[in-house]
Amino acid sequence: MGDSRGGCCPPMDLFRSEPMQLVQLIIPMESARLTVAYLGDLGLLQFKDLNSEKSPFQRTYAGQIKKCGEMARTLRFFKEQMLKAGLSPSATSVAQTDIDVDDLEVKLGELEAELIEMNANGEKLQRSYNELVEYKIVLKKAGDFFPSAQQSATAQRREMESNQMGEESIETPLLQEQETSTDLSKQVKLGFITGLVPRGKSMVFERILFRATRGNLFLKQVPIEAPVTDPVSGEKMEKNVFTVFYSGERAKNKILKICDAFGANRYPFSEDRGKQAVMISEVSGKISDLKSTIDAGKLHQDHLLRTIGDQFEQWNLKVKKEKLIHHTLNMLSLDVTKKCLVAEAWSPVFAKKQIQEALQRASVDSNSQVGAILQVLHTRELPPTYFRTNKFTAAFQEIVDAYGVAKYQEANPGVYTIVTFPFLFAVMFGDWGHGICLLLATLILIVREKKLSSQKLGDITEMTFGGRYVILMMSLFSIYAGFVYNECFSVALDLFGPSAYACRDLSCRDAYSIGLIKVRNTYPFGVDPAWHGSRTELPFLNSLKMKMSILLGVAQMNLGIILSYCNATFFGNCLNIWFQFIPQMIFLNSLFGYLSLLIILKWFTGSQADLYHIMIYMFLSPTDELGDNQLFQGQKTVQHVLLLLALVSVPWMLLPKPFLLKRQHENRQRGQSCTPVQVTDDTLHSEANHSHGHGHGHEEFEFGEVFVHQLIHTIEFVLGAVSNTASYLRLWALSLAHSQLSIVFYEKVLLLAWGYDNIVILVVGIIIFIFATVGVLLIMETLSAFLHALRLHWVEFQNKFYEGDGYKFYSFSFALIHDEGD
Amino acid sequence: MYGFEAMTFNIHGGYLEAIVRGHRAGLLTAADYNNLCQCETLDDIKMHLSATEYGPYLQNEPSPLHTTTIVEKCTLKLVDEYKHMLCQATEPLSTFLEYITYGHMIDNVVLIVTGTLHERDVQELLEKCHPLGMFDSIATLAVAQNMRELYRLFLVDTPLAPYFSECITSEDLDDMNIEIMRNTLYKAYLEDFYKFCQKLGGATAEIMSDLLAFEADRRAVNITINSIGTELTRDDRRKLYSNFGLLYPYGHEELAVCEDIDQVRGAMEKYPPYQSIFSKLSYGESQMLDKAFYEEEVKRLCLAFEQQFHYGVFFAYMRLREQEIRNLMWISECVAQNQKSRVHDSVVFIF
Repeated sequence: MGDSRGGCCPPMDLFRSEPMQLVQLIIPMESARLTVAYLGDLGLLQFKDLNSEKSPFQRTYAGQIKKCGEMARTLRFFKEQMLKAGLSPSATSVAQTDIDVDDLEVKLGELEAELIEMNANGEKLQRSYNELVEYKIVLKKAGDFFPSAQQSATAQRREMESNQMGEESIETPLLQEQETSTDLSKQVKLGFITGLVPRGKSMVFERILFRATRGNLFLKQVPIEAPVTDPVSGEKMEKNVFTVFYSGERAKNKILKICDAFGANRYPFSEDRGKQAVMISEVSGKISDLKSTIDAGKLHQDHLLRTIGDQFEQWNLKVKKEKLIHHTLNMLSLDVTKKCLVAEAWSPVFAKKQIQEALQRASVDSNSQVGAILQVLHTRELPPTYFRTNKFTAAFQEIVDAYGVAKYQEANPGVYTIVTFPFLFAVMFGDWGHGICLLLATLILIVREKKLSSQKLGDITEMTFGGRYVILMMSLFSIYAGFVYNECFSVALDLFGPSAYACRDLSCRDAYSIGLIKVRNTYPFGVDPAWHGSRTELPFLNSLKMKMSILLGVAQMNLGIILSYCNATFFGNCLNIWFQFIPQMIFLNSLFGYLSLLIILKWFTGSQADLYHIMIYMFLSPTDELGDNQLFQGQKTVQHVLLLLALVSVPWMLLPKPFLLKRQHENRQRGQSCTPVQVTDDTLHSEANHSHGHGHGHEEFEFGEVFVHQLIHTIEFVLGAVSNTASYLRLWALSLAHSQLSIVFYEKVLLLAWGYDNIVILVVGIIIFIFATVGVLLIMETLSAFLHALRLHWVEFQNKFYEGDGYKFYSFSFALIHDEGD
Repeated sequence: MYGFEAMTFNIHGGYLEAIVRGHRAGLLTAADYNNLCQCETLDDIKMHLSATEYGPYLQNEPSPLHTTTIVEKCTLKLVDEYKHMLCQATEPLSTFLEYITYGHMIDNVVLIVTGTLHERDVQELLEKCHPLGMFDSIATLAVAQNMRELYRLFLVDTPLAPYFSECITSEDLDDMNIEIMRNTLYKAYLEDFYKFCQKLGGATAEIMSDLLAFEADRRAVNITINSIGTELTRDDRRKLYSNFGLLYPYGHEELAVCEDIDQVRGAMEKYPPYQSIFSKLSYGESQMLDKAFYEEEVKRLCLAFEQQFHYGVFFAYMRLREQEIRNLMWISECVAQNQKSRVHDSVVFIF
């Protein structure tokens, strides 16, 4: 099954990762950029960083990267401006003229300068426009309240004067009294300042003014209804028009300073009504003039931005590519002669020809006299793992990679996951009604695949979309499992013909369990509908599902151990075959393989034997008579042999391997490079802890450590055989939970509502049923069954063979730029 | 509730503690500083910083960079983080966070007042103010003529008002009494903060009292050194020292009578934690003292992160970031002025 090297069957690409090689490229300086660009289009190389000790700005192409960063910044600036102007860059670039990077830089610089100048001019105009608008508002508002304020001020003064003429009142403020008495003529001429202050600050403004002038002022504020644009910041804000009356030069200075500090814009204002009217008309005229100028400017700017927008995407892509190219060039090391660059990169073996073609094309296109040279290097380093997946297999490979990336060329559980994962899921989620709902949901995703993959989705939708083919398989399998369990929203239907059982007489209508006799042939597919609702339904289904879980588990674990055999033969590791694979097989199958055999036998013979009893007393008292529990002739002897085999296989697993490893090590130290165990010629595939050994003298061999390691492995396997088998019982448990839950929703909600014969209750019942089915059964149960299937794969299946300590192949490819987006 | 913070701390403080620890993980490391010190131009610095948490703040700056832009953007990041934390905080953490900014507030007040005294433009001064220490009426400070006015008009609304009780005089402002005002305010502030932390109790009190005591002692030493040779009397000097800390009260008596730097040294070496600081300096030298103190402070601030369930981490984080910005400013200045040999003079590595 795992023999991918055999010539008879087509190669199974996904079973082993692509064979990789480390290639060295020697690229002449003049064609370096173009070469890397072509390789980026190809996307089949993973460059190694040969300058990792250098900091980013000490590298050869740091200048170009800076340039690209600068261009990217300019582009971001354009984008921001376009967003401000309400334009969006057109998705399809108009002209695909190939523009040189240097030209692009110049062009971008020019455009930026033009745009900035335009903005500055526009801003200046805008500012004076905003000022005028504010001024106009001030004129209007102040014009309204000025007369009244003036009146009240004079009234106050008159009152004061009268107070003075009369007797000195105690309430008269001391200061005012001083001022009035000292300088009556000056006092008549009250100074005032008008302007606008942001509404949020107006309270503090008033308070500070009050304190600064010691209450010796008159302030009037009127809120403006609509928010105005502040000339300085250019933001819309709510403002108040204020007018302050004060007396004295010192107070004026203070007030002016305070106004500045609060960002209150002051505007000149005249007391004279006639003048006010003139000013208003003057300001309105100026405003309309400015407005037309600004509009013309805006139009021009929009035009410019639109031309930028047409080519924006193209430029953006170009700059991103350029940056990536130079980042890659920075990873190459400079030859001593400084005439060529040396690159080291991992590439799949099959890509060699394509790479050579790309190199040739690059050297022709760049008119270089010397072509780039490609040569394969031999190395001990472990190559990256690269699976050529398609959109269907990618999601399943992701499930495996989430646990750990496969070691280079190790057997990939992803192949089996494609079928076993949805299958185990379906065992837990067996209901073909729910399966169809799931299928419809995922079909929507698949049909709209093209549209959805181009747009950005939310977190959860993104995940669901990524796993759409996994869900498709899961739903198909759960429809199948639903037919086997004969459940559709927990209802049993007789789709494959009538039930095999019928009542003996009329008396058994309400007592389901008794009185049924077999009248026809066995129900052709799945569980007979007659079981549904009978009193023995649960015990029957439990026993069925439990045994099925054990069978599935033992089968999958055996597959796992067989895969470890595939790995051992592939890497030429005889030790692992003889002292790991064989005893493990024996141990697992002598206990649980035997149990599976008994299960099948029991099904075929219809025997009443108690399998628990057999298994337990096989260990506790092997010599006892079996009695009723005997299923076949010579069962006792077979059990003795199996027990013995299981006991023998434990030390078999534990002891020989460390000692043999030790001997191997000693042999090697004596200079024998060829040990009998290392059968393959390719030393690359030798065991991980040997990988450094051959080239550089001796390696450390700690016998104690190796032995303890083996001990742990053995204990883990022996205990794991029991606990993992038990763990597969979750298949039964979840399946039970699922069917019971759906029965509850069906019977206690839908049927109950039906029974009332009331349309309102019925509608409410149906709504609750739908929500419960979607929320609990379709979403939550899917998640939990998914998680349990995941666990069964990661832990119970993969721990039998999977190392998962490799690293992924990240190719240098321009295709990734598109995905990355913003 | 000493010892029981672990039970209840996470109800209100857990989220923010996680946030602040996450921010702390973004502080530049020694490797980063090594790379930064090798930079040739400010663009190199920008390029290097773009790979750190400062990246988003610097990426949209057009190319001829200035030191001020770098510092401004880095400070902006700190301010954004602070504001986010303040928004999320509940009592008493929000008060604690506010306390952290009062120091900047005092510095800003002093900056504006001194600036106006020398007839600088207010707008220009405002740009120099630390954004964490801004308050509504800060620009109007320029109007004030003496301290009484300063207090009555403007500061009475700010949280600094209570600290003013000791320095309300009707004297006109001059350089000397502004400096005295700064130190008096700082003294009152530190004492208040200290009291607040004691009130919070638990690990916060324990850790913050240590950090604040260090701060108070450092200020005491600085006041002493700066006032040597000025007309400040011993008693006046004594009054500026905060009434807590390791040096209080006997160390203060000794510092108050010091006449030169070696006497200060003699007084300080009696205290083991400060002995190590002074032992790094040669006799008669005070230039490197600042750096030595900063290094010691950074060490103590880093230690605050070793314990969980207390507010000290917020204080420590803010201080460490400020130190980092100071480092970046120094490095950028050295790079901009081609003084790369002096780069290591003032940079304090945090990790």
